[in-house]
Amino acid sequence: MGSRSSELPAGDRAAILRAAVGLGLYAGAFGTTFGAVSVSSGLSVAQTVLLSLVMFSGASQFAFVGVATAGGSPYAALAAALLLAVRNSFYGVTMSEILHPRGWSKLWTAHFVIDETTAMAIGRDNRRAQRYAFWSTGLILFALWQTGSLVGALVGAAVDPLALGLDAAAPAVYLALLWPRLQRAKARVVALTGAAVAAALIPLAPSGLPVIAAAGVAVVAGLLPVRARRQPANVTEVS
Amino acid sequence: MTAVWIALVLAALGSYLLKLAGLSLPESVLNQPRVRNVAHFLPVAMLAALVAVELFDGGGHYAVDWRPLVGVGAGVVALLLRRGLLVVFLVAIGTTALLRLLT
Repeated sequence: MGSRSSELPAGDRAAILRAAVGLGLYAGAFGTTFGAVSVSSGLSVAQTVLLSLVMFSGASQFAFVGVATAGGSPYAALAAALLLAVRNSFYGVTMSEILHPRGWSKLWTAHFVIDETTAMAIGRDNRRAQRYAFWSTGLILFALWQTGSLVGALVGAAVDPLALGLDAAAPAVYLALLWPRLQRAKARVVALTGAAVAAALIPLAPSGLPVIAAAGVAVVAGLLPVRARRQPANVTEVS
Repeated sequence: MTAVWIALVLAALGSYLLKLAGLSLPESVLNQPRVRNVAHFLPVAMLAALVAVELFDGGGHYAVDWRPLVGVGAGVVALLLRRGLLVVFLVAIGTTALLRLLT
């Protein structure tokens, strides 16, 4: 907390803002796609907007929509979205150390603890810059994500999502989020096994279950004995 | 439809509560090596599974549309070239849209 008393230099602030706006543009494009895919898959505009406002976690939202509208049970969609959102809890451990939210402020701080804000914050070298990165990224992303989702939801019924290539959007985003997590060999084995288990179950299990079954791969891999070691955070770069 | 609403509200609130739990639970609960490891691998296994299902599930049977497959492949090339999320995303949907237009 060395520089807590000093003001953040304007140059640092501008650099952080530039990066946050870059992520925000991505969130706007991604959010618009989410809105369009969600509505054209069969969810209502209200349901789409509610997911973006309250869930506010792109991969979980896409997973919920994908499973719920592909003929799966809505409760399978619930499970898939929540299992995917568990990572945000662990970002919370890191962000607690940086932000020290107290009392009520935890209630609104928590909403912004996601991949992008955590990655932006831990990429800075002092507390003031980390907080600025967290809040600027969080607020810009939130605003553009909501705007994008609403616009996408409103035009979603009018456009042909296939003609726009939007069926590639969800898998591309999953892959982009997965990519930086594959640096360790064991993670690559877990990813391939998870994909293989899910693919093998496609014709055998009801829609949604193949994805949930892949969570079992993570549990087994995580409980296998490993050398105990402490890592600062299981957060990966997203930009 | 009601079931979708119930699941949707629970999923949205649950996601928020998971974030809040991360800020509120004592660090000793979440920082156990086994808990951390499972949590670390959860998105890895699930994101990979979601990619597989998105590309190969035709509704309970195998079905592949080669256009989004190639589109996502183009996204992988962008990832290998260390492009950011926005570029990867636009390359994937742009390639898919273009292929669909041409074929």
